[in-house]
Amino acid sequence: MGIANWIEIGRMDELGRMDTPAHRLDARAKAVVTLAFVVIVMSFPRHAVSALTPFLLYPVVLIAVGQIPARHILKKILVAAPFALVIGIFNPFMDRVPVATLGPLVITGGWVSFVSIMFRFVLTVGAALALVACTGLYRLGAGLEQLGVPRVFVMQLLFLYRYLFVVADQGVKMMRGVELRSAGAHALRWRVYGSLIGQLLLRSLDRAERVHGAMLARGFDGKIRVLRQPSFRWTDWGFVGGGLLFLAAARAWNLAEAFGRVLTGMAR
Amino acid sequence: MHMADALISPAVGGALWAVSGGLLAGCARKVQQTLRDDLVPLMGVLGAFIFAAQMINFSIPGTGSSGHLGGGLLLTVLLGPYAAFLVIASVLTVQAFFFADGGLLALGCNIFNLGFFPAFVAYPLIYRVIARDQFGTSRAWVAALVAAIAGLQLGALCVVLETKASGISELPFRAFVLMMLPIHLVIGVVEGLATAAVVAFVARARSEALPTAPAAGASVSLRPMLIGLALAAVVMGGVVSWFASTHPDGLEWSIAKVTGHQEVTAPGAPLHRKLAAVQERTAMLPGYGFQAGKAAPAAPADARPASWPTVSAGTSVSGIVGGLMTLALAGLIGFVLKARSMQRVSGNG
Repeated sequence: MGIANWIEIGRMDELGRMDTPAHRLDARAKAVVTLAFVVIVMSFPRHAVSALTPFLLYPVVLIAVGQIPARHILKKILVAAPFALVIGIFNPFMDRVPVATLGPLVITGGWVSFVSIMFRFVLTVGAALALVACTGLYRLGAGLEQLGVPRVFVMQLLFLYRYLFVVADQGVKMMRGVELRSAGAHALRWRVYGSLIGQLLLRSLDRAERVHGAMLARGFDGKIRVLRQPSFRWTDWGFVGGGLLFLAAARAWNLAEAFGRVLTGMAR
Repeated sequence: MHMADALISPAVGGALWAVSGGLLAGCARKVQQTLRDDLVPLMGVLGAFIFAAQMINFSIPGTGSSGHLGGGLLLTVLLGPYAAFLVIASVLTVQAFFFADGGLLALGCNIFNLGFFPAFVAYPLIYRVIARDQFGTSRAWVAALVAAIAGLQLGALCVVLETKASGISELPFRAFVLMMLPIHLVIGVVEGLATAAVVAFVARARSEALPTAPAAGASVSLRPMLIGLALAAVVMGGVVSWFASTHPDGLEWSIAKVTGHQEVTAPGAPLHRKLAAVQERTAMLPGYGFQAGKAAPAAPADARPASWPTVSAGTSVSGIVGGLMTLALAGLIGFVLKARSMQRVSGNG
């Protein structure tokens, strides 16, 4: 987690505050469809590749309508890729059953499932990032609360988010101080680390105390009032209905293969 | 150790969502019952602190590498298990949403692996027992070290079990365990030392910031331990038995699963035969060497071609052509939509 990440998270926050048709959709509608999307993508058998391709449409449409810069999302997907890559790369070595040949290349089942894993990774991560970029954490939190997530947890999420930048800024300042005094060493020595993180913790605790005092001064009674969005509009219902219908259709039929059949049929 | 969505089946992801959701609801109720309203800002700021602490690295003595704090155990020492579990869950949620660390479906697994074990196993069963409410003593250092290692080992083991139960990775159980546990032993040592160092510093600099001896009558009670153990046993038992019953043998399972689709996509279907004939004549993809009705000709006879209908012969051409074209189409649709909405914005402004 480098300092560059903080700029990135600020960028996501900016994107979440834009006003486009995708942003105006109810947070609950987007959350439900995105969750259904991830579950359905992961419910395919492990060698599915072509059947998964139509699913790319969902994150792409959300990103395009929400005017999210695609390069930004792609970069985030690439940065997060190592875990799936490290686990998935074993498939080609474990499963060496040949399933097809492409010219001189023999394709094994392991490679097919590896491609499937990496494609699913792009799909699921892309959908989650698109959801946040088109909603923002505040609206998402309010939506989650309306969906029945415990209030304390939603509050915790919003508070954490609220102070993320403040505490991180403190951390960055302290690191700058250390760097100025320690001639270019990147990682800290043991004793320095303990007291530096300890200091950061103490400052965070002090800040929490001040925040609490300020909240009491403004009449805080232990409850957080989350701004509620107006009720579901017909566009939200349309989004949920259309989204689920598309997901169900793409799960039931291999749309890409049918498309391919039409194409190869036309080629005749 | 954040698991990704791409390696988890809906059954495993859903089960762990249910477990973590239940724990979350229970912890939320517990925290609300404490009636400490300063807990709300404290939890929020400490969650932010964990993020900030994770960007500061220290060098691991004797090696060239560096590490950083994970924070699960430290939060539990500072806040107690219930509030700490909520904070860890919120940190993981923000990481999943903003950094693509983990994912939506995997969130339940990640909260369980990285939150349950430090908060409800390592802290009450190991840390409290060894440290006996001391801070900064050698006892406390040992306690943090052992508790962090145990928590991370259990979490890593769970990652392996969840991945195996999902059946998407082909990695054998043994090899996976041998890969994960040693790595997390090292991470556990680092985590334990970092936790102990921070706690020792706070004990020296401002001891009142640490939770002092527990309130009367609440000295290391057996109840949370037993509940924690029982929960862990139930979950482990559930995951393992589910895995054992549905995957008697990885290969048999995959064959049975795939052959279930054979009726639909078998290469012998008339449409496919016709299609393959079309393909042979038009040769749209000349390098693609196979014949309808047979699996890949290069495959040796004993390669069990029948178990691979979803990717074999007849369906492959339309699958590949259709897949590529669908991807292109999806990209095109996105491009057009974006161009249109940009136009509308500039038209408005």
